[in-house]
Amino acid sequence: MDPTSDEALLRSLTPAVIGILVRRGADFAAAEDAVQESLIEALRVWPDDPPRDPKPWLVKVAWRKFLDATRAEESRRRREERLEAEPDPGVGGAVDDTLQLFFLCAHPSLTPASAVALTLRAVGGLTTRQIAEAYLVPEATMGQRISRAKRTVSDVRFDQPGDVSTVVRVLYLVFNEGYSGDVDLAAEAIRLTRQLAAHTDHPEVAGLLALMLLHHARRPARTRPDGSLVPLAEQDRSRWDTRLIAEGVQILEAALARDRLGEFQAQAAIAALHADARTAEETDWVQIVEWYDELVRITDSPIARLNRAVAVGEADGARAGLAALAPLDPSLPRYTAVAAYLHERDGDLATAARLYADAARAATNLAERDHLTRQAARLNVRR
Amino acid sequence: MAKYLLLKHYRGAPDPVNNVPMDQWTPEEVSDHIRFMSDFADRLVQTGEFVDAQALAPEGAWVRFDGEGRPPVTDGPFAETKDLIAGWMVIDVDTYDRALELAGQLSAAPGAGGKPIHEWLEVRPFMTEPPTVTE
Repeated sequence: MDPTSDEALLRSLTPAVIGILVRRGADFAAAEDAVQESLIEALRVWPDDPPRDPKPWLVKVAWRKFLDATRAEESRRRREERLEAEPDPGVGGAVDDTLQLFFLCAHPSLTPASAVALTLRAVGGLTTRQIAEAYLVPEATMGQRISRAKRTVSDVRFDQPGDVSTVVRVLYLVFNEGYSGDVDLAAEAIRLTRQLAAHTDHPEVAGLLALMLLHHARRPARTRPDGSLVPLAEQDRSRWDTRLIAEGVQILEAALARDRLGEFQAQAAIAALHADARTAEETDWVQIVEWYDELVRITDSPIARLNRAVAVGEADGARAGLAALAPLDPSLPRYTAVAAYLHERDGDLATAARLYADAARAATNLAERDHLTRQAARLNVRR
Repeated sequence: MAKYLLLKHYRGAPDPVNNVPMDQWTPEEVSDHIRFMSDFADRLVQTGEFVDAQALAPEGAWVRFDGEGRPPVTDGPFAETKDLIAGWMVIDVDTYDRALELAGQLSAAPGAGGKPIHEWLEVRPFMTEPPTVTE
């Protein structure tokens, strides 16, 4: 086996092995540590001595690591009785370990940053170093964040049903935060969401997966080789990944057919309508506005209203878009950029140029700031 | 090796030679500038001298402790006249002269008309750990 496929296999087995250790009586924090150590040992040993059956190998090694760690700790603390940890009663194969692990790692008592880190480690099987690099923080900081998160959930029973909506929110955060390192967080979020979707039939999980696939499909067209942003309308749609789009649309349609609409399904529906249009001009903006109406109804989110104003501007003209924008709070992120765009569409280039420059100053990331500065420059050159 | 901070200001530095605001450049000039900055950092990675580069948003506030049990006092946004840091690059180089050389190259980033901006950058040495051998 080559090392990359080893790593992928190990990471996919991580949640199941943690679940088995927990059912054997290990507490979550210790089980998670033991499995991390077994992953590291597997990566060291497997290239020369591949196991016949990887999962039992991991369970065996992880259990041994757990016992070693427990014994070491016990002798330090002279508390031998904890070795007799009671096996969890009444928890058999009926409980879905992987699903439980998702719930635990996204437990409402955790902050979003802690839930993200714990999910990537315990469900995703990433190392603390990889997670630290992905989020641009020192490894020691990330290690502490994960330890604290494990302590926070240490009293949560592993067999309690959790809330899928907290899990999807955590996975959405992983997908949407564009940090980068060696780990492709967007791809990792998709992998974890696929795994979650295989363990639950919640339509919002399907909606989130569809949303991720439809946006991931655009990734090759979203940035130029120099890293600058390409707006949706200017993207080379021949570079969109049609395989991902087809899969996303299929998953979305199956979810929508169940008539339990949620925000991720609505967002995915909007992405699917963009994917349907062969050119930007063919975009069905009227239907997109209808989906934004649904999204506003479901979430009452000011960001949804802001994006709706853009869609209204395309469907009914820039004046209508500006009217939809008027009641919104100007301090919303991207408000000024949207206002600039709508004023440009309305032919007021002087106002648009001034607003683009303001929006560039208010941007929260360099790619957007650079893009908005170029927009201002483009209009100032034309005037 | 010694670390230096190359500090770039939104406001508060002496005026550069080529002093045209960025939104008055052509889009190509903006792109050329951004490419220059990114190439510069890449080159320092190659030479083993790059440590960190960060850009800061212009908005912010002053904050201070206001006594036990009270929320901190804030004062902001910053007054237009105040010195305002835009971002920095940290380099780890052999000599002070090398730090100056690199800051000079960074200050030559192209601006309006494709001409160097001649922007004033602040160069500040890091405080170091005390040496082990002192006599």
